Amino acid sequence: MKITQISVFLENKSGRLYDAVSLLGKKKINIRALTIAESEDYGILRLVVDKPALAAESLKKDGFVANITDIVAVEIADTPGGLAKVLGALSKDKIDVEYMYAFVEKQSGKALMVFRFENIDKAVRSLAKNKFVIVGKKEIQSL
Amino acid sequence: MIFNEVFECMDPESLKNIQFERLKEIVKYVSVQSSFYKKKFAEMGVTPKTIKGISDIKKLPFTTKEDMRDNYPFGLLCMPLKQIAEVHVSSGTTGNPTVVGYSKEDVDLWGEVMARALCCAGAERGDMIQIAYGYGLFTGGLGLHYGSHKLGLTVIPCSSGQTKRQLKLMTDFKPRILACTPSYALFMADEARELGLNLHKSSWEIGIFGAEPWSESMRREIEKTWDMLATDVYGLSEIIGPGVSQECQHKKGLHIFSDVFFPEIIDPKTGKEVPEGEPGELVVTTLTKKGMPLIRYRTRDIVSINYEKCQCGRTLPRVSKIKGRTDDMIIVRGINVFPSQIEHVLLTVEGTNPHYQLIVDRKSGGMDELEILVEVEQKFFSDEVKKLQTIEQKIKKEMESTLGFSAKVRLVEPRTIERSEGKAKRVIDKRKI
Repeated sequence: MKITQISVFLENKSGRLYDAVSLLGKKKINIRALTIAESEDYGILRLVVDKPALAAESLKKDGFVANITDIVAVEIADTPGGLAKVLGALSKDKIDVEYMYAFVEKQSGKALMVFRFENIDKAVRSLAKNKFVIVGKKEIQSL
Repeated sequence: MIFNEVFECMDPESLKNIQFERLKEIVKYVSVQSSFYKKKFAEMGVTPKTIKGISDIKKLPFTTKEDMRDNYPFGLLCMPLKQIAEVHVSSGTTGNPTVVGYSKEDVDLWGEVMARALCCAGAERGDMIQIAYGYGLFTGGLGLHYGSHKLGLTVIPCSSGQTKRQLKLMTDFKPRILACTPSYALFMADEARELGLNLHKSSWEIGIFGAEPWSESMRREIEKTWDMLATDVYGLSEIIGPGVSQECQHKKGLHIFSDVFFPEIIDPKTGKEVPEGEPGELVVTTLTKKGMPLIRYRTRDIVSINYEKCQCGRTLPRVSKIKGRTDDMIIVRGINVFPSQIEHVLLTVEGTNPHYQLIVDRKSGGMDELEILVEVEQKFFSDEVKKLQTIEQKIKKEMESTLGFSAKVRLVEPRTIERSEGKAKRVIDKRKI
């Protein structure tokens, strides 16, 4: 039920984001979703890719600090209030979202969001109980 | 005015005799009172009888900053702690700070040499002095304070900081003398301009500036900005604090009070004396201190010395401004910073490795800023910004409590810190001193 996210430390200097994504391109790794969290001096690039293990290994080999985290991808109805419904259910179960971002692709009528939870197992149980569709590793790879 | 004409203008032969007599006494004193020197002398086979002339000082062992660290906190005292009147502390190279104990007589000596220094700069009894050096463990504030009382000045003990208040007191009280770090003098100028003060109308006529290296160009800038005489004062807490040497109004070197602080200039590699005028490491023996006398203390400051009589009438030798250091110590806002201290802090903060670099820069206002670059490690990296910020804050807090001032901490990618031949470049000093 969980999928793997790669996060990469990037100093705020020109060309570093390019270096990271072009390396993935060379390794034929496809980016499915990404977001950057930034502070004054650095950013954290977070990625969902089709080959996470290869991506993490390649980045580290190239001198980047990178690690992997479990996250959850959830299908959300692409209609007004779709996201609110998911967050409402999570909030009711007192589950905190650390951060979230959206997928680039869309399935018909559905949006795909990834969530980073403090307590991932509890979050997965809550989502399942509320009948939300959790997208697995295989489906991410075949998107 | 010359505060102590007898010693400051003594003919060189008589001075040598006095130095010799005092050296004999102090060597005798430490070989009885100090287990540290007892052991050190025994190892080198020297006894008080070794001293048959002042030049025999060369036969004595050196004392180093490491000796201070190894004998922390009170191992170098020559009298029971109960008889120590005051303790001062400065940065150590790692972990423990450097501790100096003063007996009552040593505090009097400090007042004496600082009174000489103040007179040397042109102060006169009855003048008012604004002391904007930090008061406390740092020797700057209290050293100037004791000297001012000894000479008979009216003291405004401002301590450092609170610039607006400093400027108000200057405007309202009209002190003739200002004592602070040279960079703070320039910093105050910026603030004064912002407040719309006419800098040339300031009451300050004489500045006693020290505790950090500064250049002739900085002197010109201060003198032009404030329309005052800017003189250099030198000292280190191990020896006494400020008051080891001081420039007179001719500004051609700092008169070292060699009747009490005997100077030698040596080649730091060989330990041998260098010819007069050549640069070398300043080594000082405290000839009369009682609480914690030091024999041939290696200051690690590179200077040259001039034994010619000065136009001001003093025969005391003159030491140049500091030309450099034999170690990697830097001085930021008057505070000694050793890269090894930074390393020590990083090792205590969980998850960090000591891959760091220090960047010192002087902002346009004249204040120094220290930035510490720390390489991010795989093991403490997180996908969450707040976790990295927590580590940054922790490092910052630890640094502040170790260094005594706030430094900027910046996380950088691994291997961004330049390594030459495998050895990282630890300090980048961008200041134009």
